[in-house]
Amino acid sequence: MKRRQFISKTALSSLAVLAGTNVVFGSNMPEGYEPLLNAENDPFKMFGLDNDMTVLNKRPWNIEAKAHLLNDRITPSKYMFIRNNGLIPEKIDADKWVLTIDGESAKTTKTYTLKDLKTKFKQHTYQLTLECGGNGRSEYNPPAKGNQWTIGAVQCAEWTGVRLKDLLADVGVKGDAVYVAYHSADMHLSRDPKKEAISRGVPVAKAMEDEALIAFKMNGEDIPLAHGYPLRMVNGGWPASASGKWLKRISIRNIVHDGKKMGGHAYRMPKHPVAPGTKVKEEDMAIIESMPVKSLITYPKSGATLKEGQTLKINGHAWAGDLQVSKMQVSIDFGATWQTCKLEKPVNRLAWQHFSADIKFPKKGYYEIWAKATDSKGKSQPMLVPGWNPKGYLNNACHRIAVKIK
Amino acid sequence: MKKYTKIIYLFLLLFASIGFYSCDSDKKKDATETKKVSDDDKIVDGIHVRTGLKDGKGVLVVAHTCTVCHSADIVMMNRMNEERWNETIKWMQKTQGLWDLGENQKIIVDYLTTNYPMPKATRRANLKNINWYDLK
Repeated sequence: MKRRQFISKTALSSLAVLAGTNVVFGSNMPEGYEPLLNAENDPFKMFGLDNDMTVLNKRPWNIEAKAHLLNDRITPSKYMFIRNNGLIPEKIDADKWVLTIDGESAKTTKTYTLKDLKTKFKQHTYQLTLECGGNGRSEYNPPAKGNQWTIGAVQCAEWTGVRLKDLLADVGVKGDAVYVAYHSADMHLSRDPKKEAISRGVPVAKAMEDEALIAFKMNGEDIPLAHGYPLRMVNGGWPASASGKWLKRISIRNIVHDGKKMGGHAYRMPKHPVAPGTKVKEEDMAIIESMPVKSLITYPKSGATLKEGQTLKINGHAWAGDLQVSKMQVSIDFGATWQTCKLEKPVNRLAWQHFSADIKFPKKGYYEIWAKATDSKGKSQPMLVPGWNPKGYLNNACHRIAVKIK
Repeated sequence: MKKYTKIIYLFLLLFASIGFYSCDSDKKKDATETKKVSDDDKIVDGIHVRTGLKDGKGVLVVAHTCTVCHSADIVMMNRMNEERWNETIKWMQKTQGLWDLGENQKIIVDYLTTNYPMPKATRRANLKNINWYDLK
């Protein structure tokens, strides 16, 4: 391409971004919402976040927590990670919001207002763990592409809504149904209205679980804008990208859903383990389903200094995707010996579990407390970063905090 | 956004783009000119203020090209070698609407590999940035 053409194209795209959508795509804007333009807005005010949250990316918004911020049993939104693939819709009119259910394997196509959902179906409330598939990506080497999440892209909130399976039954599901996909109101970063930012979902069996919700409330209130107001599909225990925000449409597919970020390397792992840095062909990648076993020490904050002889009470959460956590251990000698923690049962399936322990230290000095969870099938968290993969997913290596005894 | 703010942005951008265009014949001169006409390209303490990118050869090309669709954060966070940056650019062209970068591609990739190099390999790094405090 000639330089002059290139420049004019660059300038034009920049204008579209800076000056507003009315310049380029204005006439194509879908009704009922506008994407949020102002990247300069203060995310802490805009999303009501605690000042200790870490902003990884301003456009799109990607923000994570720190371990000690996640100490609550139910995560409040001020400590909740935000992972966006596109631009957050703005000026949402919940009264006009319509959810459509369609697809090759839907016996009928139906639409529902929020009022329909709230009045025609039984409501259910579950605590559901949502963790970004790329949580922990920053530790992979060679570095994997994408937002460099450390440990804070996980949360467990209380979601209220209707069961996805009740909605699917209302529409009718044909025998050949394979996947239940979501379509959302967020906009692709390029602002091209023909492109979706993300459109994923889950296989029918996962969608039919009791805990699979179409939620309109989070922690007893309207879902915050950054987390999908006014409607979100919530599939706990799987990469949080399987839980579509700003939900507009559910498609019952007769194939594995082929929406945005279902193919290629997105949210996929190599079918067979690969050496670090290996190029993996797309056909050799498989969709991530359940997240692996993992845990966080949420109290105390790393860096605690104690007096000799003082007992340290620690606590945290552990989760295991579709499974339960059956054992929780901590070590203060880099894994040479392990101490078993008190571990609570989950309040419901797919909710994280709380653990606690009293730790004594033999002498003065620098210590690290390492936490290791084991799931109901006997798999534990590795102490080292697990198998390298092209996009840096599923790092469930043990969390650790530093402690000094004076 | 108010109407007049939009107009100001339009002008800023127009100036920035003109500055950018003339840049290739004399990079040094252009950088100075662009700074003059636009706050958008101010560099303070070795940092391109609007984007947060480190100052270095090619920083304006990177700032003008790589923040059209996304913020510079995602660029700075990622550490790749020349081959993988080129692959990433190809991927953005294939799927994200990125245009042909022409000779700017080499300027951009050189800037990134020089200013945001790959880290040393480790399977688990030491804990960093520990803020010690007395636990009560």
